[in-house]
Amino acid sequence: MGIILEVDQVYKHFGGVKANENVSLNVEEGSIVGLIGPNGSGKTTLFNSIVGTHPIDQGSIYFEGKEISSLPIPAVAKLGLLRTFQQTRIYEKLNCIQNMLVSSKPENDTVFNIFAKVPHNLTEKSENLLKFVGLYQKRNLRAGDLSFGQQKLLELAMALINEPKMLLLDEPTAGINPTLINGIIDRLIKVNKEFGITLLVIEHNMRVIMSLAQKIFCLAHGQLLAEGSPEQIKNDHRVIDAYLGVQ
Amino acid sequence: MSKKNIIIYSLILVFGLSAPFLFPAYKLQISILWVLTILALTWDIQGGQMGYNSFGNILFFGVGMYVCSSVQIGMFFPLSEWTASGGEKTFLHTTSQYFQGFTYGLIFAGIVPAIVAALIGYGILGLRGHYFAICTLGIGIAAGEIAGGIELIGAGQGMTVPPWPKGIGGTELRSQFFYYLCFLTVCVTFFVIRLIYQTRFGLVINAIRDNEDKAEAMGIHTMRYKIIGWVVSAFFLGIAGGLMGNMIGYIEPTEIAFAGSTYGVFMVLMAILGGKGTLWGPVIGAAVFHVFKEGFWTFFLGWQYVALGALIIVIVIFFPEGILGWFREKYPENFGEVVDEVDRTAQVELT
Repeated sequence: MGIILEVDQVYKHFGGVKANENVSLNVEEGSIVGLIGPNGSGKTTLFNSIVGTHPIDQGSIYFEGKEISSLPIPAVAKLGLLRTFQQTRIYEKLNCIQNMLVSSKPENDTVFNIFAKVPHNLTEKSENLLKFVGLYQKRNLRAGDLSFGQQKLLELAMALINEPKMLLLDEPTAGINPTLINGIIDRLIKVNKEFGITLLVIEHNMRVIMSLAQKIFCLAHGQLLAEGSPEQIKNDHRVIDAYLGVQ
Repeated sequence: MSKKNIIIYSLILVFGLSAPFLFPAYKLQISILWVLTILALTWDIQGGQMGYNSFGNILFFGVGMYVCSSVQIGMFFPLSEWTASGGEKTFLHTTSQYFQGFTYGLIFAGIVPAIVAALIGYGILGLRGHYFAICTLGIGIAAGEIAGGIELIGAGQGMTVPPWPKGIGGTELRSQFFYYLCFLTVCVTFFVIRLIYQTRFGLVINAIRDNEDKAEAMGIHTMRYKIIGWVVSAFFLGIAGGLMGNMIGYIEPTEIAFAGSTYGVFMVLMAILGGKGTLWGPVIGAAVFHVFKEGFWTFFLGWQYVALGALIIVIVIFFPEGILGWFREKYPENFGEVVDEVDRTAQVELT
């Protein structure tokens, strides 16, 4: 299987803060890859760089062999590369179904599409995806009234309706109770296996990332510290030092 | 359409059609109510549904007013002579000229503000939150000052619109005509807005209100939707302006056309009072507000603005979500927010 996402020597500075320095990583198509690191190590900055929230200072990013580092967010999204956020971002005053419908993007925002009725099969598709994440019952409630964990699930479903090729997930299990975490892991594996979507996951919960990812990259102080299988990372002294401090 | 809807719509239709005969003394007031409803409905497209609080929508109202009467006059007579000399005394529109001019005037009163909205929107809809609000406030005020400096449209003196043609009946027919025209316009505006809220456009502008960053991250060209929203709003506002100018008969730049301190504020208040971000909120808000306002002007003359200020405070403190919003908070199940108990089995077991 080929490389779907290639980050090549990316630099991103905010004033004097070196958020990302010479970061390179590859993600294979169809895999689940973890991205870990202490707080402030530049994980979310890297996500922002990849999807085009801000321009990078140096280096290049390839998605399916195409240079995307200078593309704006909508253009990247159109290629099939979507992200979710650490703090859930849902449309809180719309109900779950509407949240799903608005997320499904037509090919182009032409005036004709803008004023087109929402097609019926889309509602059906939304309901199926809500069933998949276990929110079907609450489909008519406002998204803002859901619990935090349910909002995360909703956000996942919203990303899935566009049938992306790859998803960047920013801490999908942060702030969620342990029972629901298992549910989310289960869903993520299904997303990967059944829908064939490549996942790049930022995660602090080691149990989650070790059971989920096939390969893990570890960032510290904006630099790539280590990469390897979960076993290798678990036993890597540099990683342990970075998390717990050098002894 | 549900049964409840049909009853509501037919009640309003019956009231709208029969009001001039039932309450002949209030004909002008009810005509103004319909115009106010248009103002509230169009403001709510940005302020309520899209979350972009605009204080400058009065710009389109004023532009529509000036464009409409300029077209009405300019089609048949030299505009500069009309405004320089009180031309309604020397130039007279025949009946057919009057209606022909009025028709074209209203069409342009819609189109020109729509174009202005697209141009300005392209420049300032990138601003968010307070910055957008303050910017639009400036635009609304500037427009009045600019209009007050243009000689062609009468500058600070204002301009008169063509008077009602003499040949076809007096003021009674005139007020009848304007009443039904206002009612027709508010109906068309309401149904067009209702229609577009049901399309993808409606969903996306709501999404922009709730979380614009997310909408962008999902690949939506939010700018395009924002501009289109403003254009739709400006189109109907412009027509309302053209109507209002003709109904009053005289246009003055800062008190009538670009009346930011009255109509410019009222349109925001009405939408908030009724419940912004809902279809019916602005309609309810306009009706309630108009009744209160006229009550204050009648019973508290001299203190009317104090009373109005008190009303604003009460709205903001006790009904921050408006009348409809308050009901929605209280009785969410009546607005379709229900947990689907029947389908509890559909809940996937979380293990």
